[in-house]
Amino acid sequence: MTKRRVYLDHAATTPMDPKVKRAMESFWSKNFGNPSSIYTEGRDAKGAMILARAEIAKILGAMAEEIIFTSGGTESDNLAILGVAKHFAKSFLNYSFSPRLNSQAGFDTDSENKQFKKPHIITSKIEHHAVLNPCKELEKQGWEVTYIGVDKNGLVDPREVIRAIKPETILVSVMYANNEIGTIQPINEIGRAIKTYKRENKTDFPYFHTDACQAAGHLDLNVEKLGVDLLTINGSKIYGPKGVGVLYVGRSVGINPLMYGGEQEKSLRPGTENVPAIVGMAEALKIAQKSKDKEAKRLVGLRDYFIKKLISKIPNVYLNGDPVKRLPNNINISVLGVEGESLVLYLDEYGVAASTGSACSSMSLEPSHVITAINSDPLCAHGSLRFTMGKKTTKQELDYVIKILPEIAKKLRQFSAVKI
Amino acid sequence: MDKNSWTYSEEVKKNFLHPKNFLEKEPKEGDFDAQGEAGSAACGDIMKVWIKVDLKSEKVKKFKWQTWGCASAIASTSVFSEMVTERGGMEIEKALKITPQQIIERLHGLPSIKIHCSVLADQAFKDAVKNYYAVHSS
Repeated sequence: MTKRRVYLDHAATTPMDPKVKRAMESFWSKNFGNPSSIYTEGRDAKGAMILARAEIAKILGAMAEEIIFTSGGTESDNLAILGVAKHFAKSFLNYSFSPRLNSQAGFDTDSENKQFKKPHIITSKIEHHAVLNPCKELEKQGWEVTYIGVDKNGLVDPREVIRAIKPETILVSVMYANNEIGTIQPINEIGRAIKTYKRENKTDFPYFHTDACQAAGHLDLNVEKLGVDLLTINGSKIYGPKGVGVLYVGRSVGINPLMYGGEQEKSLRPGTENVPAIVGMAEALKIAQKSKDKEAKRLVGLRDYFIKKLISKIPNVYLNGDPVKRLPNNINISVLGVEGESLVLYLDEYGVAASTGSACSSMSLEPSHVITAINSDPLCAHGSLRFTMGKKTTKQELDYVIKILPEIAKKLRQFSAVKI
Repeated sequence: MDKNSWTYSEEVKKNFLHPKNFLEKEPKEGDFDAQGEAGSAACGDIMKVWIKVDLKSEKVKKFKWQTWGCASAIASTSVFSEMVTERGGMEIEKALKITPQQIIERLHGLPSIKIHCSVLADQAFKDAVKNYYAVHSS
């Protein structure tokens, strides 16, 4: 007997769209050429890649040369943060060649005086680990990092970002939409404020990076409007292939590679290109962006219905994140007095796939840093439950969850040692 | 079992979905002889146990529990409750010697990362026994 499955974890990954699969099909065995080869097979592969790059650039309002293909969101985030940091470490070593850059970056260019200020990065407390951990790594290497807090709904205050900027701030990285609680950050406001700061202080810094992996399927990605210099997206969250991502790198951004090899991707990301995945990424982004407004409308209706029902059917359930400035597909609740891993495994038994920020479900045994940042009560983080809807999610599926979850919560609360 | 695996054994699953001996209602005066606790909210596991002991034989007659914790916490407490109460009950002295390793064996293994935080039944039991002897000195 095949059991009914209700997949509500699209923030983890999405099934590949059959249209994407079809677009990729011929690039595995038929058009297998290496884009660097100058003969027909190579030129065919290169042609497909040029087209994919142009399509993505168009969606981002960028130039084709500003699109760098990577192996995914994590690599794009690492390249943005560590690549920019590396560039400035190098600039610092060569400061006599670019005193302007170094003084702008806050480094003391007086060779007699070896004292210099630590280069500085600003990010938020609720970033993905693909941003937080490169930042932590830089701290070990002598960089200073400011982790901006968020309000009770998980929102970053643009004024706080600006207040944290110092002359030696090289980079600001704030995610577009949060993967756990779905909160949409005011990226364009932060972008505008940073531009104003740069103009008033006659500096090129800080650069502004955003991780838009969760946003790519739902929100506008125009880099001009957002005011970003670097932007991360990936394939696996938008019904595209896994193992492919994009880093948008604005023309004027100083950035160094993390790997060395051939001249692919302007030497910023060497290695033979993953042509099928790149073609799939472009197709997936095209489909996602084309359908996003209509789909958002449908999902927001389902989302708000689902939240309302869950809160009314289960006592002591709270919504995590902002009720309005929220991804259309994200529902994150805390079921107080119940532990999240138990909830997820019970739901799995009933055929429902969801996720939790509970410590028990992470290898580190640490509760979610995102829920902890918006609510210090450990019951909230450990009892958090995330549902993320997708293209195929129906009201019937949500009604099924609304039917079973109150029973599960009741049962788990019955043998819980924490009485609410 | 692969120590990095998150796949619980069938035995864990069975005990998690159908746990034995959990305390359904708040106990009345005299239902139990002592209560014990282990764990903390910050860690994500809180364990409470209640015991009823036969005064003469010092055998554990009833062992009830409540836990706020993950699947392995629920399953390990359930099997512990069976171990100390089956076959007419285990003598306190013997029950105190049950090790986390014995609980894990009965569950056909646990992911190694789970052992430290979720096997709390033996600790909560020890706490309960301490409280028992505070009243019923041996």
